[in-house]
Amino acid sequence: MIGEVVIPERRLRQSIDWALVGTYLLLVFIGWISIYASIHSTNPSSIFAWGARSGKQFVWMLTAFGLAALILYVIPPKIWEAFPIPLYLGVLALLVLVIFVSKDVKGSHSWFELGPVKFQPAEISKITTSLLLAFYLSRQNFKMSRFKDFVLAALIIAVPMLVIVAESETGSALVYAGFIFVLYREGLSGWWLGLIGLIIVLFISTLVLGAYWSVILLIAVLVLCNAFSDHFWRRMGIGGAFVALMALLPGAWEWVCSAVQGHMDWMADVTWVPEPGETQHYFWSFLLKIKPIYILLVLSLLSLPFLALYAYRKRDNFLALTLLVFLAGVLFIFSADYIFQDVLQPHQRGRIEVLLGMKEDLSGVGYNVNQSKIAIGSGGLFGKGFLQGTQTTFGFVPEQSTDFIFCTVGEEWGFVGCLVVILLYVFLIVRLVLDAESCRGRFTRIYGYCVAACIFMHLFINVGMTVGLMPVIGIPLPFLSYGGSSLWAFTVLLFIFLALYRDEKKYF
Amino acid sequence: MSADGRHIRLFIGLGIAVLLLLGKIFSIQILQDRYKEDADRNSTIYETIYPTRGVIYDRNGQILVGNKVAYDILVSPREVQAFDTLALATVLDVDPSFIRARLQEYERRSASIGFQSVTMLRTVPAETYMRFDEVKYRFPGFKGQVRGIRDYPVNAGGNLLGYVSEVNQDYIDRHPGEYRSGDYAGMTGIEAAREEDLRGEKGYHIYLRNSRNQIEQPYKDGAEDKEAVPGHDIVTTIDAQLQQYGQELMQNKVGSIVAIEPSTGEILALVSSPGIDVEQLADIGKHYNEIVSNPYKPMYNRAVQASYPPGSVFKLVNGLIGLQEGTLKPSYTYPCSQGYHFGAGHKLGCHSHKSPINMEESIMMSCNAYYCYVLKNILDNKKYPNVAEALDSWHEYVESFGFGRKLGSDFPAELAGSIPTSRTYNRAYGRGRWNSTTVISLSIGQGEILATPMHLANLCATIANRGHYYIPHIVKASEGVEIDPRFTQKQYTKVDTVHFTKLIRGMWRAVNSGAGMGGTAWVAHIDSLDVCGKTGTAQNPRGADNSVFICFAPMDNPKIAIAAYVENGGFGATYAAPIASLMVEKYLKGQVKRTALEEQMKSRDLMSRVKTD
Repeated sequence: MIGEVVIPERRLRQSIDWALVGTYLLLVFIGWISIYASIHSTNPSSIFAWGARSGKQFVWMLTAFGLAALILYVIPPKIWEAFPIPLYLGVLALLVLVIFVSKDVKGSHSWFELGPVKFQPAEISKITTSLLLAFYLSRQNFKMSRFKDFVLAALIIAVPMLVIVAESETGSALVYAGFIFVLYREGLSGWWLGLIGLIIVLFISTLVLGAYWSVILLIAVLVLCNAFSDHFWRRMGIGGAFVALMALLPGAWEWVCSAVQGHMDWMADVTWVPEPGETQHYFWSFLLKIKPIYILLVLSLLSLPFLALYAYRKRDNFLALTLLVFLAGVLFIFSADYIFQDVLQPHQRGRIEVLLGMKEDLSGVGYNVNQSKIAIGSGGLFGKGFLQGTQTTFGFVPEQSTDFIFCTVGEEWGFVGCLVVILLYVFLIVRLVLDAESCRGRFTRIYGYCVAACIFMHLFINVGMTVGLMPVIGIPLPFLSYGGSSLWAFTVLLFIFLALYRDEKKYF
Repeated sequence: MSADGRHIRLFIGLGIAVLLLLGKIFSIQILQDRYKEDADRNSTIYETIYPTRGVIYDRNGQILVGNKVAYDILVSPREVQAFDTLALATVLDVDPSFIRARLQEYERRSASIGFQSVTMLRTVPAETYMRFDEVKYRFPGFKGQVRGIRDYPVNAGGNLLGYVSEVNQDYIDRHPGEYRSGDYAGMTGIEAAREEDLRGEKGYHIYLRNSRNQIEQPYKDGAEDKEAVPGHDIVTTIDAQLQQYGQELMQNKVGSIVAIEPSTGEILALVSSPGIDVEQLADIGKHYNEIVSNPYKPMYNRAVQASYPPGSVFKLVNGLIGLQEGTLKPSYTYPCSQGYHFGAGHKLGCHSHKSPINMEESIMMSCNAYYCYVLKNILDNKKYPNVAEALDSWHEYVESFGFGRKLGSDFPAELAGSIPTSRTYNRAYGRGRWNSTTVISLSIGQGEILATPMHLANLCATIANRGHYYIPHIVKASEGVEIDPRFTQKQYTKVDTVHFTKLIRGMWRAVNSGAGMGGTAWVAHIDSLDVCGKTGTAQNPRGADNSVFICFAPMDNPKIAIAAYVENGGFGATYAAPIASLMVEKYLKGQVKRTALEEQMKSRDLMSRVKTD
């Protein structure tokens, strides 16, 4: 081990990906000055002043650089491959422990407080989960298509995720969903990605458009998939006609109902009002009680046995699977409302309702997002200039130096600034993936993908939240947001890859 | 190594996600102006200028509700520096712990408060504010803001006037765009009904602040500023003296008095007892719970919201319908053997008086049997194929007097009462399974009839006008305040004017025949004034009978029509008649000579008779 640490300097410098390091430094620097700008008007002081957040962030930065150097130059990279299981279990224990010993911070139990230092084990857990995932997926006899292997890989991701949900940090848990991209790269069927996408779309459409249109959407998607698998024109024809008919049904049915209602009113006028017990209008009032969704479901359920028989005869496994997905999808649609009303907590429900435009609430849940959009929107093309922002500096945007740091970028540097920052992230992610692809060792490659996935999820959720594309989920923007714990965690996550990558290169 | 180029697919996905983000950012930064406007709004400071609320007058120019100056104490938490909490508490006359608690609360909410000011104390009296003003330099971040509050010079019409209080979120939601948190609005009574006239328009001064939150200058040199527009004054039809007198007469009794000027429909007094004292109105926040938990429900305006059976007063309506239909002539006489006998051994009882009697006497003596015959003849009229249609025709007549529907006054929360139709009885007994004797109690204003005291006063005004009425209303047209044209249109009943004369003669005799002559309302007699009245004694399933009386005076060219309804008061002549009569005397004579009767009425306490559960 020690022999490996002492490496000739020339080779070492060549094999570190300095482009990644440079991007990292640039992002950290942008974060630092944005934090300074966001607190500027309340505490106009030097950017280094220890009392203010910018001064503190400077200290976190220096220590983070120290950590990075430690990982690159001191810690032997083989360690990361050697002990992923104890590391994973240790952090998992911390994740559970924090639920019981932590103070309640805005409803969540996820922070350890050691004197002045606070940190979230959920941040470190991303690293250890990535390491274990890389370790497990890179084993010689691992096959994604083998059910047992897949389940174990899924468990490695799901267990910390569930514990974090139990800490009431649902936002952080959502990041773990990004690991599915890693599994996809390592051979998971693309249909799984499609399925997850479908679930999300169905959930949203059920809440916004209602169950009827969600079922139509489900049928349309399934028809399309089936058509592409075989007999394109025939299946498109039959399926398309059915979907089109069903799409016209609600309007037509409403017309029928109003006609029936008119008939009933007329009947009531010409005959005596029925006394209790009279039964003359049973048929008509029964007709009025039928809703389009019943018709749709009855038609679907009637055709299911025939389709199933057809699938069995023709050995069309894809069609059979589709039918199962349809049944599961219908169940999901009808339980989505229940999930939304009873499983999600009120604040999460409120955030989703505001996001989907079901509720306008600019003083309550919607306040943050609206103020954040005002700040970013007022930036225009080139922004108001460094320290000239009025929105982010006045405290209109809450959490402005942590979760909403992107607002400061948007307001003071405008669209150009946003573009630059996002492109820096894109460069970082693409470069990580390309580096990972060029690796021989599966461990380094998979770990690289994990890092890229984590950064992507944080970027998309955080920026999406500040512009109102995503619900308000309190997770930091990597390298930019204020906070030692998050900066350290992302630095370690990234530099472990750099160390592994350098380790890989030195053999060439 | 890259299995089937999956990383390329992932790159495509990444590209889509990033385009989504950039597209949204582009949309809010470049395409939409809304957010830039909102940002301007955020960096300007609006100082609200509150308008003076309109004054409410009585019909003679007496102020019922005025304004007096009070102050709100505002805090800008971010500007507060270390200060002597104890000193501030002493100056503002509050507990030091109150100030500490509020500041802690603002600390917690600091993210949402930002640099705005919040109201710490509401409606501080002027003298307290003067004390604060002298030393306010010692408490940076604290300032005062002028705020008018309501002032009540006379204790008249607490329920009528209603109260003003700060709007809550629910109220703001129901009036989108009109109110903001911290505004005041009329919540009940005239204050609520005439809110739009009274409130005026808020104004504002706009200031700009720089990126260090210092106020730099008035925005555009005040060009965009808006001065507050004071609210319109309201002149009511109420006579403050009469209203106050009515309240005194009704003290310690449950019920109401409604007095109307027949020639205009203007409400002279509208007493609901027990009511709300104006002192409680002035500080509704402090008294609200006390008022709401009072078992006698003082908030509830019985004059327009309580539906009671009208009792014998309703005989007048049946008599008029009979006359119009031709089934009754003033000369018809009917026997009364202490009641009306029908079916097998059924009897609707009556008190003892001479028999037989004609119509005039039937009103004077309030004979029950007479009106059983009257109603029976109306319902069994051969003109109609069956009793159901006869009853529906009767219903139309009754409704033309304003019964069974909202009169449409300008007073909020008026109730409709109810008058039965054939459908009511078809539902209860079945079609064809009832006849005129089934519904015979309608003849004397019992059974399925419900009316509010306002309906009864309106009936009285209608009789005083000999067949028409004006919709009762409480606000007079005055400068800048219009009233609905419906209030100046005559509302005709379906009964012709000629039929009223004999009836009114009966009402006159009920009051002016002298004691011992059989007139039921001799107690209401006033010297040298022709009062016409009708008593009623309505059954109350919850204890003693309700005492009812309507009267108007003078007989020719009437100036006042009045209805009094005293719950559990017994006979109409026991409470309602003297109270109504005293009101008439007060209004027409200016002062009351019958001081013994007046004293007796004021001092009687019926509250123990009233069941409150």
